[in-house]
Amino acid sequence: MNSVERTDVLVVGTGFGGAITAYHLAAGGARVVMLERGPWLTADEYDHDFKLGSSYTRIFDFTVGDGMSVLGGNCVGGGSVVYFAAMPRAPRFVFERRGSVNRRMWPSSIDRDTLDPWYDRVAESIAITRQGWEDVSYSGGLWAAACRHAGRTANPVPAAVDTAACTNCNWMMAGCRFDAKQSLLLNYLPAALAHGARIRPLHEVQSIAKSPDGGYRVHYQLVDAEDYRITAGEGSIDAKVVVLAAGAAATPVILQRSAAALGPMPHAVGRYFSGNGERLNTAVLNEERVREVLGLELDPAAFQIGKGPTVANWDRLDGSLPEYTRFSLEQLYFPPGLGTILAMPGGRDPRWFGLSKKEMLSHWQKWLIIFQMIEDDNEGVFGPPPARGNADRLSQQMLGLGTLSYKPTLNTQAAWAMADAECKDILERDGLATVTPWTNDLVGAYTVHPLASCRIGDDPRTSALDDRHELRGHPGIFVTDGSAVPAALTVNPAMTISALAERAVPAIVRAARERGVEVAYGAPAPDGSTSGRRGTAPLVPALGG
Amino acid sequence: MSAQLPADHETTVVTTLEAFADTIIPGAKRSGQDRAVAGASPTGGAVAAGAMELIRWDATGISQSLDDYARALNDHAREHAGQHGLGLDGDVPPFVALSFEQRTDLVRVLTAPGHPDKSLWVLLSLFCYMAYDSAAHTSTAAALAAGHPGLTSMRLARPGADGLWRFSSWSYGRQLADLHPRTTDTGSPE
Repeated sequence: MNSVERTDVLVVGTGFGGAITAYHLAAGGARVVMLERGPWLTADEYDHDFKLGSSYTRIFDFTVGDGMSVLGGNCVGGGSVVYFAAMPRAPRFVFERRGSVNRRMWPSSIDRDTLDPWYDRVAESIAITRQGWEDVSYSGGLWAAACRHAGRTANPVPAAVDTAACTNCNWMMAGCRFDAKQSLLLNYLPAALAHGARIRPLHEVQSIAKSPDGGYRVHYQLVDAEDYRITAGEGSIDAKVVVLAAGAAATPVILQRSAAALGPMPHAVGRYFSGNGERLNTAVLNEERVREVLGLELDPAAFQIGKGPTVANWDRLDGSLPEYTRFSLEQLYFPPGLGTILAMPGGRDPRWFGLSKKEMLSHWQKWLIIFQMIEDDNEGVFGPPPARGNADRLSQQMLGLGTLSYKPTLNTQAAWAMADAECKDILERDGLATVTPWTNDLVGAYTVHPLASCRIGDDPRTSALDDRHELRGHPGIFVTDGSAVPAALTVNPAMTISALAERAVPAIVRAARERGVEVAYGAPAPDGSTSGRRGTAPLVPALGG
Repeated sequence: MSAQLPADHETTVVTTLEAFADTIIPGAKRSGQDRAVAGASPTGGAVAAGAMELIRWDATGISQSLDDYARALNDHAREHAGQHGLGLDGDVPPFVALSFEQRTDLVRVLTAPGHPDKSLWVLLSLFCYMAYDSAAHTSTAAALAAGHPGLTSMRLARPGADGLWRFSSWSYGRQLADLHPRTTDTGSPE
């Protein structure tokens, strides 16, 4: 027993939910250890390469489920390393959503007004650029022009990208070689390390048990650096407080596996999963019509510039519209290898393979991909946990079979159909393009923003966490990743996940203090800025700080 | 695929899986005697792109299952031929003996929602795709330099001298739409 390592706070995962909480706890004086199942790469290790084994496959996980597949980060920095850095705040109506439970899903203590100061704290900590039209990629510009032609508006999306450093390299999803993307490796994580936090990569947490001293014992396995199917040893760390932020496709699985030792989990652990209502459409542009109708030229190289969702259409983000009819449509670059198979050719032979698909691929440089985020119905449920991790790993990296089941309800299907029709209306107008949705027949729906599998709320029957992110019935365990977000947001969720993590810190600090940890709340932003702290100060007492 | 297996078994496995890959992304015949590649397309397809090289790599996780895949495909091909009254010549494995259209019909059945082994066939298809659309078995820069059929057809740009990609021109550089009237001062929706 004496050989078990001890720390004050054990943080599982190094993405937004883990990095933000770890920073504040370490800066406040707590001993913090972070366990990350993926590798720890630096900028010069981010390869421009699709080969299996390059950074592209090392830092991603693609988990195939029944009806829903999830693409997520798998590295120190988590999703912030692989995402397209879109950082919009969620629209006001989202917080009032009732969804399938037919009552407000968000805790009564949270709405846009009460979350805005926490959004501000994040914006002070992660450099977010309100992009100008000169930053918008060709494909984003074309999407904007098509929206205008169809009588719609279009907005450059706020992004955590240093546009001066960006080389438009097209490899944003493989990690930013040029440190233009303001990932957590450039702000919260180095600040946490400076305050003594430790990060252990390739440590995959399997389960949590009680420790003899009344805290928690976290069990992990060591993952091989090249072949993630292989483990090489295991260990445990005792902690007084545990922060789970392994991602919405992994956090509930760890808790499910922990039920044998910790006792029953809240009903909502591993239920109410949302894919953020995501779905993709591919428009194959007609070069001549684009020239004639929009007055824009298509440079053959232009459309493979991989800057993420640079322009969004937000006309349907209208709180006066009924639930399930509100959505956003973003231009998105999606690289080959991770989804090309799902694009569908139009015409008389709509198949994902074969001759017509090969023909469609030959026009790849004219693909404009549109990313829908609708309001889904939180219909995802996780089955019994696999032997380790959150999936039975198939390939040496990236590809695994998970236990998530997602059967879209009529609400979700109707919302997707409405968004599909909107894409068609905008992009097929006057022959600009042929638009088809990706097929859900192969790997189900596809999300890059898993949410809600262990969510906050006021109703213990439908939420696993209270409104301070503490796991019901298991005091001292907190969840701060995307799984805590109650429902689809109709926009990219990183900003909201981050704001909620910032908001969760006062209660985590209080829990640590109650367990004898000498820690204080109130660190400035990682760079020392303090205006965000001033903005949230009035809200902190009610949260336990 | 162990070395001690008989050569005809090896040939059966290879040609059967090549025929599957060629059904996913069709290509041009490599020679007049090529039976595995049906020749439905005038340019290189998944086979020429390196599908066999990729699925034989243990990094994929399916390299130990290729015998089973080939056996299952040929069993399904026999059954399919029986159901549809199709003749199969005995010179090549049953799946290879099917025409391109017949292979396509069979793959459609195997990958349709509800087929009990759908996920296995989708997985094999995914790697056939990855060979073609991203040359996942080799470095991207090297694949482009060697004229990889998929990346070439898709017109993936070539990297700079240092092996990295950069685009010096990326934007139309002007406002192309009106902003949403309820955009907040942070650039987010209200």
